[in-house]
Amino acid sequence: MNAPLYIARGTDIAARRFGEETMIMSGKDSELFSLNETASLLWQAADGVTPLAQIVERQLCAAFDVDAQTALRDAEELARQLAGHGILRVSDQPLADTDAGKAP
Amino acid sequence: MSEMGARAVKFGIPLSVQLDLTYRCNERCVHCYLDHEDHGEMSTAEILGLLDQLAAAGVFFLNISGGEIFMRKDLFEIIAYARRLQFSVKLKTNAVMIRAAKAARIAELGVESVQISLYSHKAEVHDAITKLPGSFKRTVAGARLLKEHGVRVSFANVLMTHNADDYQGVQALSAEMGVGYNVDATITPMMDGDRSILQLNVDAARLQHIFHDDSLLGGSSDAFCAPPDGPMSMEDAYQTLPCSAGHTACYVSPYGDVYPCVQFPYRVGNIREQTFIDIWRDSPQLAEVRSISVGDLQGCSSCVHGGSCTRCPGLAYLEGNMRGPSTQDCEKSFARTGVASKNLLSKRGESSPTPTPRSIPILVTA
Repeated sequence: MNAPLYIARGTDIAARRFGEETMIMSGKDSELFSLNETASLLWQAADGVTPLAQIVERQLCAAFDVDAQTALRDAEELARQLAGHGILRVSDQPLADTDAGKAP
Repeated sequence: MSEMGARAVKFGIPLSVQLDLTYRCNERCVHCYLDHEDHGEMSTAEILGLLDQLAAAGVFFLNISGGEIFMRKDLFEIIAYARRLQFSVKLKTNAVMIRAAKAARIAELGVESVQISLYSHKAEVHDAITKLPGSFKRTVAGARLLKEHGVRVSFANVLMTHNADDYQGVQALSAEMGVGYNVDATITPMMDGDRSILQLNVDAARLQHIFHDDSLLGGSSDAFCAPPDGPMSMEDAYQTLPCSAGHTACYVSPYGDVYPCVQFPYRVGNIREQTFIDIWRDSPQLAEVRSISVGDLQGCSSCVHGGSCTRCPGLAYLEGNMRGPSTQDCEKSFARTGVASKNLLSKRGESSPTPTPRSIPILVTA
């Protein structure tokens, strides 16, 4: 069994929710991202202390009729991609809570 | 980005807001359009409350400007609060008051970028415009400190009669320092409508030279200065918005007055009297601004400059008619392309030429 993965929202970002989507600008490279409904759920739940697998199970599998294993693999890929832009932080240890990073 | 703008128009979101914290300033620039007296600036609490409202309304880009923003002792409290609300924050300053500690704090707060006004690469020219001795040295030092702390910096180079020939020097200085460079050759009337400072505008010949300088346009001056394509089709004109002012952007003054844009002093509400969202959604004045499409513009909708015109509705308003042409922009279009706009021809008592058709339809008969 893989070690649990934790995700937390980056601090050097700008973000705003537009309906079910979230616009995020990376402070690292000023690149602009539009997170769809699914990715927005991950973003909102990225508190640094809830394992990603649990987020996927509670947020994604509950909201969408998706297979947990596939959803987790996709979520990990997305999380690492966003981490490359400083939008998320990813670790195999719990991260400091960044509730202030939640887009209003 | 254009997708974001289109979505903002569709959902009526004020994507971008310029918030002037103060009109007070440590410089007295000869071309400034502001009255620098404090007529009752918003308090810290009022500004923080406004930021909450702007975030709730969906504002993403927050441009904090003035006056000189460092005249506000609560500036960092305001920026920190804005960043906690996840705005993309840009600052506009003359950087005269920026020392190492302030540069470090700006970097720490994750400010997206800082735009600094620089008028010349020559201290005597810059200082003569700002009327603040030593300002050139301090402005450049402030910019260097910000760069050293990893902050994105750009120089805003406003051109006027005093410095029109210095832009290449400012460009070279920007390149040497590794900072961005923006040039603007528009001096606007004062917010109270006083047009006397317009005499500082660069004359037509120098403006033409600037527009044709390839160094400013990355080698695309030929396309930029090409003759206009002719008027838009009326169908397009009625679907095209004159600019983002009042549609996805607006401006809030230090006194809480809301305008479509900093260059469009048509008061549409005040956040001391109404919430921001009530003004944004229900202001009759904003509704009027939003009702105007390019097709409604008197003298512009059939002008040859059509889709390539940079008409500013605020300048048109200051000229007396927000549905009319902006002569300053007509003059810029003329300097750029050598083709007079319908408005300029009308002022000269000439009629518009019939635009050359873009393609000649060929009728084929059997």
